[in-house]
Amino acid sequence: MRAIITVLGKDNLGIIYNVTKIVSEHQANILDISQTIMSEDIFAMFMLVNVAKLDSDYKTMAAELKSYGEANGYAIHVQREDVFNAMHSI
Amino acid sequence: MTKLAHSDILETIKMVDDQHLDVRTITMGISLLDCFSDDIDTVCRKIYDKITSKAANLVRTGEDIELEFGIPIVNKRISVTPISLLANPFTSQDCVKIAQTLDKAAQSTGVNFLGGFSALVHKGYTKGDKALIEAIPEALACTELVCGSVNIGTTKAGMNMDAIRQMGEVVKTLAERTADRAGFGCAKLVVFCNAPEDNPFMAGAFHGIGEPETVINVGVSGPGVVKYALEKIKGQDFGVVAETIKKTAFKVTRMGQLVAQEASRRLDTQFGIVDLSLAPTPAVGDSVATILEEMGLECCGTHGTTAALALLNDAVKKGGVMASSYVGGLSGAFIPVSEDAGMIAAAASGVLTLDKLEAMTCVCSVGLDMIVVPGDTPAATISAIIADEAAIGMINQKTTAVRIIPAPGKKVGDVVEFGGLLGSGPVQPVHPESSADFVQRGGRIPAPIHSLRN
Repeated sequence: MRAIITVLGKDNLGIIYNVTKIVSEHQANILDISQTIMSEDIFAMFMLVNVAKLDSDYKTMAAELKSYGEANGYAIHVQREDVFNAMHSI
Repeated sequence: MTKLAHSDILETIKMVDDQHLDVRTITMGISLLDCFSDDIDTVCRKIYDKITSKAANLVRTGEDIELEFGIPIVNKRISVTPISLLANPFTSQDCVKIAQTLDKAAQSTGVNFLGGFSALVHKGYTKGDKALIEAIPEALACTELVCGSVNIGTTKAGMNMDAIRQMGEVVKTLAERTADRAGFGCAKLVVFCNAPEDNPFMAGAFHGIGEPETVINVGVSGPGVVKYALEKIKGQDFGVVAETIKKTAFKVTRMGQLVAQEASRRLDTQFGIVDLSLAPTPAVGDSVATILEEMGLECCGTHGTTAALALLNDAVKKGGVMASSYVGGLSGAFIPVSEDAGMIAAAASGVLTLDKLEAMTCVCSVGLDMIVVPGDTPAATISAIIADEAAIGMINQKTTAVRIIPAPGKKVGDVVEFGGLLGSGPVQPVHPESSADFVQRGGRIPAPIHSLRN
């Protein structure tokens, strides 16, 4: 099972480090990662991760990422890749 | 990064965060046909056991999917076999007991509504139908989560005018029984023509007799997403409008299909249908009325509203049908007045009248929905409103329904608060001229000529 983690917010030092740290602590393997600065200095990062071998459950990792985001001014979404494939490909 | 574009990912996230995209309901249909018995306590025990075992994991599964997919699933609900089918040996007091059992079962599974306190009487009554319909006011007043419906007509059978007359009285009595909550009970009662057997939406959901033992039906939503898409094509012609709605409906429905398949797999239950509907909520930005206004109408209800709604309804179906393997239920844009911020405003300002709403129901699902009328509206007038709406359904081979609340003690101009998804409704005027002699005739209106298709 693969998931996409999206991080949106103001660019700050260490954001990639901090998010990947949480992800790797849960044994989620990062398959692909890309990052861009959108208009008005909005930092956007997209990570494709394999969540098949998590050491905790999906919920715990998602909740931890979300609360990190809330505490630091980022919107962090963790969603199954299937959602995007269903909506954007025929 | 896989084959997904960043813009696609961001679009989905925006749809959920800013445009109210959600799965409106996962509804589990459960057959209660094997709960039959001559003894009321046995029936109640069997019903309770069956619902609580079949739907034990429904709410938790819905919540898990919600979290994993990042898509809100607003409601988890249950529909059951029309209870009148089990009610033949019983009195109306016994039927109230069944309703209380259903309420208890719904509470214990954690769902927020259970539909199926229903009877199908389009051609006439069985003993069970009679007992059940008599029980409706008491049953819906003394329960919290139970919804009821009565089918009083079909294109094939015509319209049962005796039942229509009775339903006017039932609606009035139910409103009075729940007068302390402005007739709230009536928000849980739908009077149908051509009721679908696989509708996942409340209050009209029931598990039809052609349905399997258990089934998962899903209703999608997304008026906000359509409105947002139309904002980007201001002033362009209707070909572009229709294309834009189709594309948006496709995406919304694909998401519903994915959730439906995942839910049925996890619950080890057959996947039934996706209901291609635009279901509004009272939240700002989640309104069907504002979509129509985005097309260029100053206010929903003015001239042009029916045409705008026809286009919207058709384009939603065309976009949605390719996105789902099985489509059913009501499938169309809903126009429940009290549940749609734009409709509430249009009705309160007097632009959106009952007559215009009736015209709009000719081209969309479902009917006169969540309409609040003065508390002193006579039962015969309510029956006549039901008859008009049923005639539209019967002649046009579509589902129509009436969910009307004659709010006790309220007058035109008052606003009634129901709260939550049911919203708030301005009290709308009805014609004061009497329909009593018309309703009093009784009997059946014969099926139309085009019902003879064999």
